[in-house]
Amino acid sequence: MCAMTPEPRHEVGWKAVLSPEEIRRALSRVAHEILERTHGGEGVVLLGIPTRGVPLARRLAARIGAFEGAAMPVGSLDITLHRDDLRMRPARALGRTEVPAEGVDGKTVVLVDDVLFSGRTIRAALDALNDLGRPRAVQLAVLVDRGHRELPIRADYVGKNLPTAHREVVRVLLEEIDGEDSVLLGREPGAERPGAGQPGAERGQL
Amino acid sequence: MKRHLISAADLTRSEAILVLDTAAELASVAGRPIRKLPTLRGRTVVNLFYEDSTRTRTSFEAAAKRLSADVINFSAKGSSVAKGESLKDTALTLEAMGTDAIVIRHPASGAPHRLAGWVTGNVINAGDGTHEHPTQALLDAFTMRQRLGRVLHAGPDPRGTGLDGLRVTIVGDVLHSRVARSNVLLLSTLGAEVTLVAPPTLMPHAVASWPCKISYDLDAELGKSDVVMMLRVQHERMTAAFFPSIREYRRRYGLGTGRMALLPEHAIVMHPGPMNRGVEIAAEVADSPRSTIVAQVGNGVMVRMAVLYLMLGGAEEKL
Repeated sequence: MCAMTPEPRHEVGWKAVLSPEEIRRALSRVAHEILERTHGGEGVVLLGIPTRGVPLARRLAARIGAFEGAAMPVGSLDITLHRDDLRMRPARALGRTEVPAEGVDGKTVVLVDDVLFSGRTIRAALDALNDLGRPRAVQLAVLVDRGHRELPIRADYVGKNLPTAHREVVRVLLEEIDGEDSVLLGREPGAERPGAGQPGAERGQL
Repeated sequence: MKRHLISAADLTRSEAILVLDTAAELASVAGRPIRKLPTLRGRTVVNLFYEDSTRTRTSFEAAAKRLSADVINFSAKGSSVAKGESLKDTALTLEAMGTDAIVIRHPASGAPHRLAGWVTGNVINAGDGTHEHPTQALLDAFTMRQRLGRVLHAGPDPRGTGLDGLRVTIVGDVLHSRVARSNVLLLSTLGAEVTLVAPPTLMPHAVASWPCKISYDLDAELGKSDVVMMLRVQHERMTAAFFPSIREYRRRYGLGTGRMALLPEHAIVMHPGPMNRGVEIAAEVADSPRSTIVAQVGNGVMVRMAVLYLMLGGAEEKL
């Protein structure tokens, strides 16, 4: 749906809740928090969840590299084959899973995603991670936490807490994918969509 | 949305590329400590085999099991088929037991097509008579893209691309080969230029209507081939004498080390298996670094996982 709307900020009914500068500051703060909580980032691996978690993980790694002068391993973790709603929609194309060469065994894995909503995406990510190895600890960083959890999952690092109504939609736009940085809050036409409580619905993966 | 995979022609270019890309992604699972995904948990796949097979049946079985589907293997030998049960009754019996997909191999061309009209589940053709073997064509295309993607696109990542401009020469018993037909259809969909080389007696009558070129001179084609695919001489399907002797066949259409030297530097040698070493392919060629015969078998599992996932993984089939 993002592809159909190249300039969503001018669209009626969508409100920008984070500007590019605010996104930049939020990510810098999260990068500092990760360094603080993991005592300098020793043994940390960042894994972004496709689609928009991947560029966010790369940005965090770049910031951490700039702050500390040491490169942080970064990769991606596709969750499609572990989703709990596979049978509710047509089979979808797979994203990429790229684990850094050092693997995840014994590491502190920080999962990175754009929006935390029901928590089902993160449940799937934990399952997917389980098949890759045994990390020492798993943490979660998200750009936006919009509430309405359906599972006992919380984020360790949050760029922005955004109180929303259940039927509202949060759209994250990133330079790398959408050509601009922005977080928008709006209401889909025909708001009561059947997939609204499902992972991915808030991220335009239909 | 297609429910069944009967012919390689069922796939559009974008669908075929989706299968190859999905297989490429699934290939990374093979290198992990746990080679299993929960995706098809609770689904049941029947392997309905009326003809002998080693690699196709075990490949489908491994693919389904890696996706956590339950697999029921049925072979006609030692079953009620020996008592005279028809294909339709056997299929309906198996479906009544709660199966979601039927993978069928049958000596009669068209059997999967008939089956698709009788059952509600998905039907995947694993080889019917001398007609088609679409998953073999998919794994061959996957192998070509994996090995020659760099030559074709000058990029390390072949995802999203077809086989445009690739020159593929398929040699041997085309008449009895379902592999050749499926490959011609799929490879032309993906943009490759296919040339069939066979003795005139082993070239099908209707071949002029196929999307490929025809030649009777192997040596003339080898120098301009990126891929040479040797077909098995199918003695079991030959009801007449199609060539004077094995020795003469080997001299005109067999691939030995001398002929292999005519191939361009980057070219690969493929064979769908099982091989007749010393007939269509010399042992030294089959075991050479150019040969992708073992890689093809491994890729077969990935491609069949991709097909099963795309057909059974969602609410509707994406193929």
